[in-house]
Amino acid sequence: MSAGPVETGVASLPALLARNARTMGAKTAYREKEYGIWQTWSWADAAVQVADLAKGLLTLGVAEGDLVAISGRNRPALYWAMLATQSVGAVPVPLYQDAAAEEIAYALDHCGAKFAIVGDQEQVDKIADVRDQLPGLRHIVYLDGRGLRKYDHSDLTSYAEVQAAGRAAGNEAELDRRTAALTYDHTCVMLYTSGTTSRPKGVVLSNRNVIETAKNSCDFDSLKSDEEILAYLPMAWVGDFIFSMGQALWSGFCVNCPESADTMQHDLREIGPSYFFAPPQVFERQLTQVMIRMEDASPLKQRMFHHYMDVAKRVGPKLLDGEAVSLKDRIAYRLGNYFVYAPLKDTLGLGRVKVGYTAGEAIGPELFSFYRSLGINLKQLYGQTEATVFITQQPNGQVRSDTVGVASPGVELKISDSGEVFYRSPGVFVEYFNNPDSTADTKDADGWVATGDAGFIEETSGHLRIIDRVKDVGKMADGSMFAPKYVENKLKFYPDILEAVVFGAGRDRCTAFINIDLTAVGNWAERNNIAYSSYQELSQNQQVLDTIQSHVETVNASIAQDEMLANCQIHRFLVLHKELDADDGEMTRTRKVRRGVIAEKFDDLITALYSDAPTIYTETEVTYEDGRKGRIKATLDIRDAKVLTPMTVAAE
Amino acid sequence: MKDMTESYVTEDGRTIGDVMLDLRNITLRFGGVEAIKDISFDIREGEIRAIIGPNGAGKSSMLNVISGFYIPQEGEVWFHGRKRPQMKPYQVARQGIARTFQNIALFEGMTVLDNIMTGRLNYTKSGMLAQAIWKGKAEREETENREKVERVIDFLEIQAIRKTPVGRLPYGLKKRVELARALAADPKLLLLDEPMAGMNVEEKEDMSRFILDVNDEFGTTIALIEHDMGVVMDLSDRVVVMDYGKKIGDGTPDDVRNNQAVIDAYLGVAHDD
Repeated sequence: MSAGPVETGVASLPALLARNARTMGAKTAYREKEYGIWQTWSWADAAVQVADLAKGLLTLGVAEGDLVAISGRNRPALYWAMLATQSVGAVPVPLYQDAAAEEIAYALDHCGAKFAIVGDQEQVDKIADVRDQLPGLRHIVYLDGRGLRKYDHSDLTSYAEVQAAGRAAGNEAELDRRTAALTYDHTCVMLYTSGTTSRPKGVVLSNRNVIETAKNSCDFDSLKSDEEILAYLPMAWVGDFIFSMGQALWSGFCVNCPESADTMQHDLREIGPSYFFAPPQVFERQLTQVMIRMEDASPLKQRMFHHYMDVAKRVGPKLLDGEAVSLKDRIAYRLGNYFVYAPLKDTLGLGRVKVGYTAGEAIGPELFSFYRSLGINLKQLYGQTEATVFITQQPNGQVRSDTVGVASPGVELKISDSGEVFYRSPGVFVEYFNNPDSTADTKDADGWVATGDAGFIEETSGHLRIIDRVKDVGKMADGSMFAPKYVENKLKFYPDILEAVVFGAGRDRCTAFINIDLTAVGNWAERNNIAYSSYQELSQNQQVLDTIQSHVETVNASIAQDEMLANCQIHRFLVLHKELDADDGEMTRTRKVRRGVIAEKFDDLITALYSDAPTIYTETEVTYEDGRKGRIKATLDIRDAKVLTPMTVAAE
Repeated sequence: MKDMTESYVTEDGRTIGDVMLDLRNITLRFGGVEAIKDISFDIREGEIRAIIGPNGAGKSSMLNVISGFYIPQEGEVWFHGRKRPQMKPYQVARQGIARTFQNIALFEGMTVLDNIMTGRLNYTKSGMLAQAIWKGKAEREETENREKVERVIDFLEIQAIRKTPVGRLPYGLKKRVELARALAADPKLLLLDEPMAGMNVEEKEDMSRFILDVNDEFGTTIALIEHDMGVVMDLSDRVVVMDYGKKIGDGTPDDVRNNQAVIDAYLGVAHDD
């Protein structure tokens, strides 16, 4: 597995770009919808764009080893910016475009970026806000000049101008020298982790990490140059970097960028990607929308939909896994495909998906099987930034909702005595930037990396199963196991529930905060003529609380069957009056709950959950999108949920 | 008041040019009611000019005079240094004046795109037959018009609702579509009748941003009627204040804010009798 540049033949992503321009120059490499039309660029076009920008960066004085921050929505020009940065021997640092100014400031200061290439005025403003804290930042290049006309342009230049300068006065020889000097061990990219627990850490990935991983993962799913993907997930996320940069350059497939964040679903349908990646939330939102729209459909359509969805649930997954299916079922599935599945898949934009992946969070079994039963080859993978994404993934034909698959090609797995998952692979990161202590804590001398997740390898199938974060798996007062994520995921599988946060470490019983899903519950309220004027009011509606209570009790019943976790049943819960939000620091940008922050912020509510109070009055500070703060006040109901002892389950 | 006969550069670096539209002693009557009484003011190239005043002050009537919808009984309208003869609204529109309405006036059953395309009507020269056959000039024209419209859609960030029927849109977005239609006509002078009425704070901020961007990016001169004083004071270069059909103030936002007549009109005055 120790393929060197000799075997892959290329030592860097710019080298891959040059290879693609040479071997398949006329093939479409990038598309972006702009002015209502899909604009296209071939690999040869892309190579020219990147070269112009790279020469332009030389005129700005970018030196080898400099860090260049990249921030904006997914656009071909920003992917080229990363390639151009690499071409001049500098290191791209993609940042989350929706990060607050202080988060941007932290990242820019921490990595010491000298240059930034950003999408638009919003990003320029965010950097301008914290400019005085960043003495090292020398120049900003922007893509969309709208609203920037009046800005001081002494250290601000448009992307097009930089490219023009590169074309006119660029030092071609110097660019060639720098690109040729790149080796397998040069840094390819630095990505900031989302920081569930602490300050984000800069993960340094080498060309070796990225290229080997791209090669292995393309082989695993036989991805070829004719794949189409939609690049809509944050560019700062390692997944997007691997899919839209690593794999796309390795296989030469086409990267499509949506027109704007709001048009993603529409653009998805127009492109019909063959390789698709989405976190469970995206699939969940799609399914919720389908179900809502079906409820408004005519009775005939509803009956047809439900009839054939039942057929699909029974037959679809078997067909995907290549198991035996009777002729009658095959015919029924064919008919269903004609009447329901194919049109539905087309509407969802998933009609051509050959391989689909979901990761980031556990996916609900119902949700997972819905897509599988339609004949969409949706699989799970388990990964992290430090592994250049891939740790385990599910091979075709061995897909289940409760495991994350087998070790990816080239990855070795081991489970420590404490139950923590460790891995070693060619994708293992080089280091955390300027943080040798953290690097040493995470990666040992032999290259084994601690994931921080507790899990085990299932004996029957050899698949890995993840229970929870090691540090979150706690003990309750009586010493029994406390796995909050496990319970939360079960709750979140209900479409009505958007988020759940379970408490119970060191306590005698478990309690929970619940966030309702405004789309699902709002639609339900509309159909049932329940008036509400705000999220807050809807969240405290008695009927809503009844529904949530029944969900909690069903989850309790299911947890009670597992002897190890029976104590994690939820005794009391409340429905929060606001959505947990990354702007308020309650979640990470990748929408993972920050337990510490929540416990501190809603301290009064937790105290109430562990008392006998039937209601609690609270005031909460909220941050609006533009950074202003406000307060919301609410009186929340606290409900008791029925709890089963493992004994009663056994007796039933 | 600052002398504004010469072109000047504003604090934020925009150049305000010569007088574009000059209204001289306009009087407008409906039967015995004088809606506008002998009002004169001008609008200069590149500026954002606000018209404010209490309800019934005659602001919308003033805008209708500018757009040619009302013909004043007395007074003259001078546009680009020439006295404007009596004109129909569509002729005024051809001169480069576009407007939005206080009560949204869009085609509810048509898509956003089709609505905005109607803003290009003045740029369509081919006849009905040619358009039905869809050949040659008609096709070229539509392509050009569509390109312009797509730029406006991109500018106002309404790509996601391009194909949505206007009737299904929330109020704030309808307002934005109206602005888009007006912009599609490539106006030199844009008249906005209460562009932010009924909007929440966030929508107002978005709309303000767009108005500033339109002015900055395309150099469009803007005359707007607005009730939200915060918005007016922030956006406009000069403000005309009307009350009962009369002009009671004219000048920079600061001048107007400190004008006793204006304060009285807005807050009311004590009567001694």
